Amino acid sequence: MTKQEFLSALGKGLSGLPQNDAAERLSFYSEMIDDRMEEGLSEEEAVAQVGSVDEIVTQTLADTPLSKLVKEKVKPGRKLKAWEIVLLILGAPLWVPLLIAAAAVVFALYVTLWALIVSLWAVFASFVAGAVGGIAGGVAQLVIGNKPQGIALIGAGVCCAGLSIFAFFGCKAATVGAARLTKRFALWLKMRFVKKEEA
Amino acid sequence: MDIQLKRGLLDVCVLAAINSEESYGYKIIKDMAPLVELSESTLYTILKRLETANMLTVRTAEHAGRLRKYYRITDAGRRRLEEFKSDWSEMNRIYRFITKEDAQ
Repeated sequence: MTKQEFLSALGKGLSGLPQNDAAERLSFYSEMIDDRMEEGLSEEEAVAQVGSVDEIVTQTLADTPLSKLVKEKVKPGRKLKAWEIVLLILGAPLWVPLLIAAAAVVFALYVTLWALIVSLWAVFASFVAGAVGGIAGGVAQLVIGNKPQGIALIGAGVCCAGLSIFAFFGCKAATVGAARLTKRFALWLKMRFVKKEEA
Repeated sequence: MDIQLKRGLLDVCVLAAINSEESYGYKIIKDMAPLVELSESTLYTILKRLETANMLTVRTAEHAGRLRKYYRITDAGRRRLEEFKSDWSEMNRIYRFITKEDAQ
């Protein structure tokens, strides 16, 4: 791949970004290629060392806040004509609820996922509470002389303690997984914005 | 390595790479190559972050008939480096404490 091909492919991939941002990144990569060539690498080798266009685009999108992409996307390329503004306002009862609905769906997905995580941790907390309560209550029963109840309560407490240890690792894994899922989802959402731009 | 820890370390490494004299993108990557493999995109993000935090300044200058960006550390950047050094000595004490526990 030549430097020119690389830069035009990258420019296309970054078209969802504000123009200044994209231009700055392009000149950064261009400088990197030039510096490598100055050191004696061939154009082909220099481009290869800088990395693949897809990887750079993916990482750039991951680093760019979604709000920036959306803003760029909705920014009209030219001044709106009067009738377009009228249409936008008249159409507001239609597109505003749709926009709110889309945002609500995304929000609901997040809330559902994290509510699940919170409930898992609540299970863990209840096991811990059961362990503490069971053992303390059992000891109290023993002190006042209720041996069988005391031993049963302590036994239940120890069971809860054991379960809470298992639950802890499960909860931890689920939290890490949810965080990863959230991140991937955000990236996917960003990709939708950029992909439409190319079409 | 832990991702948060690594991120903070890389920021400081880049500051150290421009501490003695101003430097440019490819030179920073080359200087850091023995320590960590730093990709162009990662470096770009770090430089942007440091610039926004006023820890470095950027100037564009001509080099061999083209433009090149040079990065220079600011006082805030130097303070960050000093901060890191004192953090590190504390970390070192904690590290020694942890490894001593291991030995027992």
